[in-house]
Amino acid sequence: MESVLEVRNLRVAYFSRAGVASSAIVDVSFDVRRGEILGVLGESGSGKSTLAASLLRLLPANGKIQQGSILFEGRDVLQAGPRELESIRGRRIALINQEPLVALHPTMCVGDQVSEVLAAHEYPDKKGRRERLQQVLAGLFPAETERIASSYPHQLSGGQRQRVLIAQAIACDPCLVIADEPTASLDPTTQREILSVFENLSRRFGVAIVLITHNPSLLAGLADRVLVLYAGSVAEIGPTERVLSHSLHPYTRALLRCLPPPLCGANAANRKTKLPVIAGDAHNIGSLSLGCRFEPRCEDRFELCRTREPVAVSLADGHVVSCFKFGG
Amino acid sequence: MQPLIRVESLRKHYRDGRVLGSGHIVSALNDVSFSIAPGSTLALVGESGSGKSTLALCLACLERPTSGRIWFGGRNIAGLDEKQLRAVRPQIQLVFQDPASSLNPRLTALEIIMEPLLLQQSWSRCKTQERGFALLKRVGLSPEMASRRAGEVSGGQRQRLAIARALSLEPRLLILDEALSALDCSVQAQIANLLLELQSSFALTYLFITHDLAMAAHLAEEIAVLSRGQIVEQGIPEKLLGSPEHEATRCLVAAMPRSIATSHTPGAC
Repeated sequence: MESVLEVRNLRVAYFSRAGVASSAIVDVSFDVRRGEILGVLGESGSGKSTLAASLLRLLPANGKIQQGSILFEGRDVLQAGPRELESIRGRRIALINQEPLVALHPTMCVGDQVSEVLAAHEYPDKKGRRERLQQVLAGLFPAETERIASSYPHQLSGGQRQRVLIAQAIACDPCLVIADEPTASLDPTTQREILSVFENLSRRFGVAIVLITHNPSLLAGLADRVLVLYAGSVAEIGPTERVLSHSLHPYTRALLRCLPPPLCGANAANRKTKLPVIAGDAHNIGSLSLGCRFEPRCEDRFELCRTREPVAVSLADGHVVSCFKFGG
Repeated sequence: MQPLIRVESLRKHYRDGRVLGSGHIVSALNDVSFSIAPGSTLALVGESGSGKSTLALCLACLERPTSGRIWFGGRNIAGLDEKQLRAVRPQIQLVFQDPASSLNPRLTALEIIMEPLLLQQSWSRCKTQERGFALLKRVGLSPEMASRRAGEVSGGQRQRLAIARALSLEPRLLILDEALSALDCSVQAQIANLLLELQSSFALTYLFITHDLAMAAHLAEEIAVLSRGQIVEQGIPEKLLGSPEHEATRCLVAAMPRSIATSHTPGAC
């Protein structure tokens, strides 16, 4: 299938004031296909938000893309000038941030905030903007379009605010939406509703979605493929079913074992027993090891893992794993 | 067995916040009754706005209920005045969702843990410090952590610190208000294990407030579902999640993330 985004050997580092580099993203390569939902699974510090920011070149001043390429619809994002970037950001690739209350302007009604996005891009005339605004909001708030448009962010619930961010994101008909933990602050019922909005966007309108989360269970049954990020590098990537149900990388396996056991009536005996944990602490991005980044915490490590970095190995069904166990 | 805490027809009404409002009354808790046996865990689940946190604040005596009784240690603590509450408060402690905002960023880890002791006990500085280090160790933090500030440690370590502070006065009831929700899965498991371990060594009683039904079923003997300020269903996890009766419970169960059937999870279904 055709890719909208191709990321190759991306390497991103943050520099301290003293000029010391700590790498946040190491040799990350992946594709996003047209209309698919790609789940990016990673814990705090794994580099997921850095990855999102790099794709749009929105890194803070001390963050540098050191190497690699990002091709979006055939254009090289890393070589693009300011004008070209402007035509990509918000228009072709939209970013949805974690905290809607922070992302929205507190003293502007949300209708105007969505219009603002339109005005910045392809809808210079007022009438066209109004029509498009109406259309976008009606899609997300069918029952109360008017009321929502004239509300201020603090008058809306968490789920409604998240929908407003989605409205801003899709206003200009992007072909890729990057959502960074879009449901982190919502309760499960609202979470499910928001996820189904994303599902709908991808299935009905063919928008590709990169859904960044720390929660593997959100991705089951939703994402087409899952990329597992550990300490800035890709542990494994593949179809959701393969990555979550038949994971190969020791990190993914250990991470999924940490979840409380599924509910099937049979867990009464296991109640209040210790959950398996991953030994040790998350990798410190400042420390530079020669070998595999998961090696210090890995149960299956060999001698080789300490001295060399594993290479990504492609297995059946597009399942790619970076681990020496599979020949990497 | 005598319950550790028994709540009887608890009500909490708030007046509408608008200055010139019509005096409209919002009822956050409406006739809530339950009890928790000593050493056990009751999980409280419900959507946002269902009154979970109001209930937590009422039990911790940080909000005064409009009516109803809270029996704790043979006394109705809902009717006590500030002076009498001083003796009750150490026995009921809270752990919040976001340790980054519930811990003082200017204090070191050790100072954070020692603060309640300094306020409540008249121990020597030396003894207090000793107890502080012992608590750090108890929650799995190394002594080197003692001089770090809350902003300088990871999320999991911060939550351990919040738990250590809550334990410092040897409470009997710990209210865990979304204490695991903000953590990564692997850290969640570590903290859940710590809570289990502490419960069995100190015979602690937990009120575990959460969104996460799977975690609730794992940690609690019983689950209560709160909806619009009322407990609409309560029971053992298997029954409540296996055959939910109330609409609100069914909604919560339906909204559960689809479980991941892993080839390598013991007991996968």
